[in-house]
Amino acid sequence: MSNPAPTSVRVERSRDTARGISTSLDANGTLVCKSIELPGRLGGVSITLNQNEVTAICGPNGAGKSSLLTSLAGLVPLASGEVRLDGELMASLALDDRARRVGYLPQQAELAWDISVETLAGLGRLPWNMGIEADRAAIDRALSDMQLEDLRFRPLSKLSGGERARAMLARVLAGEPCWLLADEPLANLDLAHQIALLDHFRALAGQGLGVVLVLHDLAQAMNRADRVVVLQQGRVVADGAPEQALSEAVIAKVWGVSARWLGEAGARALVI
Amino acid sequence: MTRPIPLLLLGLLIAVPLSLLAGRVWLDPFAEPVPNALIILTELRLPRAVLALVLGAGLGAAGAAMQGYLRNPLADPGLFGIAPGAALGAVLSFWTGLAGTPWVLPLFALLGAGGAMALLGLIAGRTGSALLFTLAGMIIASLAGALMSLAISLSPTPFAMSEIVTWLMGALTDRSWREVWFAAPLTLAGIALLLKAGRSLDALTLGETAARSLGVDPRTLQWLMIGGVGLTVGAGVAAAGIIGFVGLIVPHLLRRTTDGRPSQLILPSALAGALLLLVADMLCRVLPLQSELRLGIALSLLGAPFFLALLLRMRKDLA
Repeated sequence: MSNPAPTSVRVERSRDTARGISTSLDANGTLVCKSIELPGRLGGVSITLNQNEVTAICGPNGAGKSSLLTSLAGLVPLASGEVRLDGELMASLALDDRARRVGYLPQQAELAWDISVETLAGLGRLPWNMGIEADRAAIDRALSDMQLEDLRFRPLSKLSGGERARAMLARVLAGEPCWLLADEPLANLDLAHQIALLDHFRALAGQGLGVVLVLHDLAQAMNRADRVVVLQQGRVVADGAPEQALSEAVIAKVWGVSARWLGEAGARALVI
Repeated sequence: MTRPIPLLLLGLLIAVPLSLLAGRVWLDPFAEPVPNALIILTELRLPRAVLALVLGAGLGAAGAAMQGYLRNPLADPGLFGIAPGAALGAVLSFWTGLAGTPWVLPLFALLGAGGAMALLGLIAGRTGSALLFTLAGMIIASLAGALMSLAISLSPTPFAMSEIVTWLMGALTDRSWREVWFAAPLTLAGIALLLKAGRSLDALTLGETAARSLGVDPRTLQWLMIGGVGLTVGAGVAAAGIIGFVGLIVPHLLRRTTDGRPSQLILPSALAGALLLLVADMLCRVLPLQSELRLGIALSLLGAPFFLALLLRMRKDLA
């Protein structure tokens, strides 16, 4: 991977690796939850998410966004309801199998030990048992996708906030998941890095990944997501194309703020 | 990265023969043989050296795994309350006056360790949360400590009391092959469990939720930790009393030689723990004191300044 290949070539290659294993990126995979409940946090949420799309989960504080994300990732035991990944019951998947298919990027970038970028990306390979060669290739690909090749031996403590966020994402990508679930990936990033990261997410959806993001910035959700799910007090109040799900009426009802969208589609700004 | 391993093996290669020769009676291979040299070597020095190696390896590995599990560089295998549990068992064997009978003391100590492990699993075993686990360990440790003090204060004879207190300080003096026979297999089994936990400990670097997303089952990991730490620490206390600081110092010193993943620290820590305990025990033997310096005390004396140096360095980093 020393010579920089155009993005499209890299895309093909990563698809080839993914194919032939239990997962396939070009399938029209779905992640479905049916009336899932978590006491005090989610009250009967049902949504169907598609691969190849960027879905944004929005809502005020305490609406249950993170709970929905961890439920979709199969990381919390549900009080009732079910989550299905490509039709299979999430709770009955083997842990390693689930881990290979669903990548999860937590909100806080906790790191107990000061490891290098490369070692961090290597942690994403833990669910796989395909030998050092396959691991190395996947790690190289993830680092080059995130433009971290020059920083690969740098310890995380010596990275800037934006580089750190990219390294964390590279860790998930090294696991070659079909789904990428990220909890507020834009928090603590400046505007340029937010845009760059959102571009990465869009490109990943273009490669066939299902991308689900918890987003606080409604304008970013409006402009960059294919689909928006709005939560309020643990329930879905709007679900659909950004224009509908984040309409001025919804924003007024859910956030209690009267705001207006200005500008063209794809470059809208929210004015309070 | 396996850089420290060859160096540590080399150190052991030098230290083991040296420890066999060193002691109150020096065995000089080139001089006139000392009377009873063979007996001193095979019945005193060799089991003692093997025991030091085994227990040191167990404590080092347990410390490395504990620090990885709790994601804290200051974690110590004693935190789980298993060592106090084992010590309580041993104290009860003195208290009942059965300690003189062969096998009774280690058996009681192992039962104490097992009891602490079972309690740990019972209190925290359902969630797999490391925080709950630590708190449960602290409860067990303080309870075992209190019961131990109670047993000492109610001890039937002053002789039993002094026996208990001396034993608690930890030492390898006069240990025989008998201790090796039970401590070695248990410790090695414990180290094997800890090594098996390595992958999950690596994932835990990213936090508990992210670790679960990488396929880690927190409850399996918890059982591996209870089993691994319980066997290594329990066997250690049963054979030699409480020996602190090895599990704290060793992983800390070696962390910089690895790539930072907890799994890479377990084996080097085992080797370094073996080396440290062997050398410390050898020094205890050759120091010209009225009575032999207790190993547990020696290591604590070593540990305190180490801690201070650590603190000063952290203070400098914070400033």
